[in-house]
Amino acid sequence: MQDRDALILASAYRSQRDRVAPSLRVRDLSLSYPGARHALQDINLDIAAGGVTSVIGPSGCGKSTLLRCFNRMNDTIEGCRYNGSIELGDTNILTPATDVTLLRRRVGMVFQRPNPFPKSIFDNVAYGPRIGGLRRKRQLDEVVESALRAAALWDEVKDRLTDSAMSLSMGQQQRLIIARAIAVDPEVLLLDEPASSLDPISTLKIEELIYELKHSYTILIVTHNMQQAARVSDWTAFMNAGKVVEFDTTDRIFTNPARQATEDYITGRYG
Amino acid sequence: MTTLVGHTHTLLGREITWARLRSAVMIWLTASMVTLSLLAVVGLLAFLLWFGAQWFLYQGPDTAGSALSRFATNFQSLLYGSRDVTGSSAMLPAIVGTAVMILLMTVIVAPLGIVVAIYLREYARESWYTDLVRIGVQNLAGVPSVIYGVFGLGFFVYSVGGRLDELFFADTLPRPTFGTPGLLWASLTLAILTLPVVIVSAEEGLARLPRSLREGSYALGATRAETIFKVLLPAAAPSVLTGVILAIARAAGEVAPLMLVGVVKYAPTLPVSAQAPFIHLEQKFMHLGFLVYDLTLHANTPSGRLGLICATSLVLVLVVVLLNLTAILLRKRLRDRYRDFSGV
Repeated sequence: MQDRDALILASAYRSQRDRVAPSLRVRDLSLSYPGARHALQDINLDIAAGGVTSVIGPSGCGKSTLLRCFNRMNDTIEGCRYNGSIELGDTNILTPATDVTLLRRRVGMVFQRPNPFPKSIFDNVAYGPRIGGLRRKRQLDEVVESALRAAALWDEVKDRLTDSAMSLSMGQQQRLIIARAIAVDPEVLLLDEPASSLDPISTLKIEELIYELKHSYTILIVTHNMQQAARVSDWTAFMNAGKVVEFDTTDRIFTNPARQATEDYITGRYG
Repeated sequence: MTTLVGHTHTLLGREITWARLRSAVMIWLTASMVTLSLLAVVGLLAFLLWFGAQWFLYQGPDTAGSALSRFATNFQSLLYGSRDVTGSSAMLPAIVGTAVMILLMTVIVAPLGIVVAIYLREYARESWYTDLVRIGVQNLAGVPSVIYGVFGLGFFVYSVGGRLDELFFADTLPRPTFGTPGLLWASLTLAILTLPVVIVSAEEGLARLPRSLREGSYALGATRAETIFKVLLPAAAPSVLTGVILAIARAAGEVAPLMLVGVVKYAPTLPVSAQAPFIHLEQKFMHLGFLVYDLTLHANTPSGRLGLICATSLVLVLVVVLLNLTAILLRKRLRDRYRDFSGV
């Protein structure tokens, strides 16, 4: 417990500039849970430090499941089993010895639909730092402000931080969720179809935000929207039926894919 | 004439079918039943109001004064007791006794019920054991309340209380200290009686929260306990509160079990005082519900029994209604705050 608090506090004061976003290496990852015998099969991916990697593929292909491996969110599903390894920096995070609460502070996540807590805007953003042990009002104020600024929401909410987060629009709520994730100062951000429930203007804002954030974080984004993948990401993985079919730079995937299946999917001839 | 629905007939100059007739009969039948049940509630309140108000306004020797002054005098003698009017039963100590007992019961039942609900909903896996607990809780709600009194007397008063006396108050035996009906045992008995209400409503409140709320908390590195106490319980607060208030309203009106575990017709001192320990857990106390019962059977007053009873009952009903109203207002405020998560 002491170690955890010390680590969290240390990371809270690391400046944004000299941070090093880590790389992720997935080796022979398979995952199964009752009902779906092989949700993921033999996944191998090398995700470089920094930059944006998008994961595309048809519904039910396992892209969200893959994303939820990086912060061990699949652990909440009963009977879920892993094989293989995921190295974050140089530690394997799929071992039973991994402290998942600590891991989730290093690997933040944003969900499909905004899920703010029924608390004030301030309390939502301060939730992560608070459970990390940050208690001093001044420090909390600073962390909350910088997180809201980083999520491009500060100007819209600075005068009503004590209002309920439920009073924000969907687009604002989703940026609040991003601010909430950033406030814990993660190194990796997982975005699970972050704009799928938003209108075009809010979607544009989220995409601009991803572009801003990629300098400080390693970002993985799952998306249904191929134009979005093409716009925001540096690398793209195409998945189908629990396997990674092709993984390359976004340019190459969208202009000159190596596999016929990838080309069929991105040109809309899939299925 | 034959149509798709069968033969049509003419009634009062209108063409009707059997199907239409049947549905009309059903509507009238159900609507009249609803009206009947509404009448029962309204009738009960009207009865209390009619005789209670009459007693408040017209009872007593002060025929010259205004209605307001008579009301004030009568209200005062009801609260403090007066030989001519109420046969010396006073209401104020009963109000204080009821309030202190409810307070104590709430302090016991609320945490207990919430903890059980948290275990059932958040920690336990579905198994024969949780099924057994749920069945047990549901059956607990169906046990006649006087049985709780018997249990309270046998278990709390004689077993636990008697043991406490042997251990800590041996010097005063055979005069019992805790081994006799009293405030603590009454509160504990009612806490068990109302436990199912609190458990069920708290569990429902937790069950209604979406999975995304839990995941949002876990994704920020929160443990399960942090998620429960900082996110889920606050969001489920309206439901939990509803259960607690229902429990309180029930406890305010209960009579039968209390007669066995600590309520008396006349207690010489209040269960609260300015001297330490402020709340006297071992004392017997007076209670509104019992007062109504006692007046009904034993009041011997010149002023007419029915009016007195109705006046007393009116105050009791008012207390319960006020409690429910507080609950509804509080819940509404909480719901407004958490509107997207509280369901209904």
